[in-house]
Formats: sequence, structure tokens, C-alpha cells
Amino acid sequence: MRNPLSRTVTEIQPSGIRKFFDIVTEMKDAISLGVGEPDFETPWHIREEGIYSLEKGKTHYTSNSGLKELKEEICHYLKRRFQLDYQPAKEVIVTVGGSEAIDIGLRAMLDPGDEVLIPQPSYVSYLPCVTLAGGKPVVIELKAENDFKLTRQEVLDAVTDRTKVLIMPFPNNPTGSIMTREELREIVEVVLEKDIFVISDEIYSELTYGSRHVSIAEFPGMKERTIVINGFSKSYAMTGWRLGYAVGPEEIIEQMVKIHQFAIMCAPTTSQYAAVEALRSGDGDVAMMCEAYDGRRRFLVRALRDMGLECFEPFGAFYVFPCIKRTGMTSEEFANRLLSEEKLAVVPGTAFGSCGEGFLRISYAYSIENLKIALERMERFVRKYTAE
Amino acid sequence: MQTETGKEKLREAILTAIDKNAKLSARDLSVMLGFTEEEVAAAVAEMEADSVICGYPTLIDWDKTDRERVTALIEVKVTPQRGQGFDKIAERIYKFDEVESVYLMSGGFDLTVIIDGKSMREVANFVSGKLAPMEAVLSTATHFVLKKYKEHGITLTGEVEDERMLITP
Repeated sequence: MRNPLSRTVTEIQPSGIRKFFDIVTEMKDAISLGVGEPDFETPWHIREEGIYSLEKGKTHYTSNSGLKELKEEICHYLKRRFQLDYQPAKEVIVTVGGSEAIDIGLRAMLDPGDEVLIPQPSYVSYLPCVTLAGGKPVVIELKAENDFKLTRQEVLDAVTDRTKVLIMPFPNNPTGSIMTREELREIVEVVLEKDIFVISDEIYSELTYGSRHVSIAEFPGMKERTIVINGFSKSYAMTGWRLGYAVGPEEIIEQMVKIHQFAIMCAPTTSQYAAVEALRSGDGDVAMMCEAYDGRRRFLVRALRDMGLECFEPFGAFYVFPCIKRTGMTSEEFANRLLSEEKLAVVPGTAFGSCGEGFLRISYAYSIENLKIALERMERFVRKYTAE
Repeated sequence: MQTETGKEKLREAILTAIDKNAKLSARDLSVMLGFTEEEVAAAVAEMEADSVICGYPTLIDWDKTDRERVTALIEVKVTPQRGQGFDKIAERIYKFDEVESVYLMSGGFDLTVIIDGKSMREVANFVSGKLAPMEAVLSTATHFVLKKYKEHGITLTGEVEDERMLITP
């Protein structure tokens, strides 16, 4: 029999998270700080709107690019929160989570051999999605000394004549790093000068602490060359609803809709109705959750520093990214031993790129009480291996 | 040195946090809110002195214990008294130990009185022996609570499990 599999697909490495997940689920009564989704349930008024839509019989397809009301609300929202101007009819597509938007955005833009700059550590799907779209991933290794922010020089060093797209993964999963307006401005200059496009994954845009998120699409000249990806999972605690969106130039969105219509048809209808409610009256929920995360964030950073781990202060998402090099262990070793000795699961930094070596991703999408229990275990473990 | 607005912000942040969880220590609060422990302790002490914070009761679901408790909500119509309005009569009612809460209401009746008693008989005795005979009380309507689902924003029915997978990207 012939090999049934595609070489491109089989050559893609499975996610490092997946591997670790399999180990963790084997472990009885482990507790975890390894989750990449909110601990809050979707606010009830949003869930209720989903239920109500089902009762009314809204059980059919929507148009390919999404419900008209939802696209309008998305545009209002982006204007209200991030000063972004988009037209609901032609510049928005509602997707199955931000993940689909990443995938079809890349597929709409890449030809074989086109290079895509991917700053790492970052979300696990950029690299395989680039490969699947026929592009060539070019990793930019972000540095701890820059608080894992992207610098102008790093982009310049990685750009070639074949560079087509730069992925901007901020606020960042796993580091919690954000880019300020001034820091973005430097990147914008290079992007314009080198004539490259940007896919800006802003799924954590509502979760910044101390300052509001700034979208790179806001800069003059950038709207024409940027796809902004966002969604409902993190800001409204709606991960299971699988709903995201992309906004961008009409010509790119049009092609994304083409792929989406053949592969997906449309995003889940129930989720779309719920999302309309989220955008119309969910600002208070977002503020409440953000405030809760902020308290836990400070708590976690302090606790990690108190146990002697270096930890830069992250101002976005719900992760901290402490350095564990002084324990002498690799990230994976640390995570594995912490799991077997203290039954506490955290994600090794290397799951998000090899430059995550020496770091861990710790999530604070947990109540303070749970954090306290987990941190006790972590502290005992760290003391044991840094005692001498 | 804290500014007045900074102080107000801290007070509000403390209240928001301890409204749902009075167990948070001054140290925990200071870390979570980004102030010093002394500032937090001082703000709490001040709010206690000003009776902004009036107490730290515990939310207990007595139905899960062996102790029998009966809660009743009583609608009371009263005659307000010259010069003192409803306050005097409300005070005469809320001074009883078995009275849990008293609210002045708009609408069809004047006072809501919530009673916690050991038994239905105890509540009945209170209403017929103490409350109804008061001169200013015109009528009472007693409603017994059958089941408590949610109090102070906290759901009492069943435990909430963390449904999330242990590791997700």
C-alpha cells in the first residue's frame, strides 16, 4: 500500500503542550497552573442569549462571513476600545476562534517560499500554520533582557527579500509581555520600509494591566497591511464557544472568506448570537475579570520572586514567565519533576519555542486560594533544588 | 504620602476584594492591589472605625449541617410616627436578637423583616407575641423560606467543579 500521509503534515512536530498534557493526565490528583483559558464561566447574560437564540429556532447557517449584527457590533467595539475603523460588510470575518483566523489569514497571503517572521516564545500554532500554508517560518528569538518584547533590530536582522508577513503576538502567550505605543512605532517603521504585512494576534487585548492595549493597525499606513485577529475566548471567557474574528483590508478578507466558506461554511450560529450580547453589554464583565486577574498577577509575581525566581513583570494576558535557570534544570526537567514530586503541572517554556528554555509558563487563571496551594508546592520544590 | 484620590481608590479596591472574600489578609491585599501592607491595614482600620465595614460574618449553608434553622420574610405595614417617620418603629423591631435584617420598602408594605429562628414555632411566637401586637404595626404577612439558592452573590447549591483540562495552550 502507498503511504497515505502527506509529508508536509507528518514532518510537523506535534505541539510540546500535547506531549506534556499526556503526562499530566496520567497523574492522579495533580493540580495545575497550566491552563490557557479563563477560570470564569461565560457571564450568564451571554449564555442566556445563546440559549434564547436556540429557543427561537436560530439553528441555521449564517452568511459565510458572519451575522450582520455581529459584524456591526465588532466594528463598534473596535472603534470604541481601540480606535480602529472597519466596515462591517467587507472588512470583517467571523471565524471559529482566533485559531482559524490565523490559519486562513496565512493561507490567504502566502505563496510557496514566502517567509513569515514569527517571534517566539509564542502561541503554538503560528509555525505549523505557516508550514501548512506553504510558507517558510522564520523564528525571531525574543530575549528575556528585553522582557520578551520585539525590537526593531530583531526584525531587521530577520527580514529578507522573501519576507512577506510578520506575526505580532502581543499581549503574549506565554510570556505576558505587551508592546507599548512607542515600542510598536519602531516596528511600524521597519514594516513600512520593508513593505511587509502584519498579522496581529490581539486575542488578549482586553487583558492588559496599567495601560490600554494599543493595536498596531492604528498607526498611519498600517491598516492597509494588517490583519487584526481577536475573539471572545479570553475577554469574555468564551473558549468553548469557538468564536473569533479577523478584520483587515477588503482584498485580504475577501480571500479569507473564500477559504472559510469552503472549509468551515460559517462560525457556530449560537455562538454568534451570544457574541452579539457580549459586545453589546459585556464591558462590565470584562472589567471585573480584568481586575481579578490583575490582583492574582501581582500576587503570583511577588510569590515567585520571594522564592528566589527571576520574574519580569508581565503586563498582559494571564501568564507569568519566570526563569528557573538557577535550579540548574531545563524547563522540561523542572516541569516533569515538579509534576511527579509535588503533583503540580506548569508548562515548560520550550513548548512555545526553543528560546523558552529556562522558563516556565504559569497561568493565573485560578482563584487566589488555588494559587496559594499551588505556590506552596512550588516553593517547597524550588527551595529543595536551590538550597545549596 | 497618599493623595485623596489614591486613598479613595485603595478603599474601593479593598471593599471590592473583601466583599466576596473577607479572609484575604492585609498582606495578601497589599500584594494584590499594589499598595503597602501598612496602607492597607490603615485603610481597613479607618473603614471599620467609620462603620463602612460593619462586620465580617460568614456565609453558612445551615441546610448542610444538623442544626435546624428557619428563615422567614415578614411583610409589615406600620403607621409612621410623627417626627420620627419609620425609624423609631424599625428600631423597636431590629433590636430583637432573632431579627436578621430590616429594610424600609417602597410599594405595597413598609418594612421587610427577616427572622432566623430555631423552629417554625419560634418564628410564629415572635410574630404573634412580639411583632404583631406593637402599636404601630397594622398588619404582618409571614413567608417562610423553603430553600436558599444564592446568597451574597454566592451559589449555595452544589460544588463548582473546574471543568477545564489540566493543560491547554
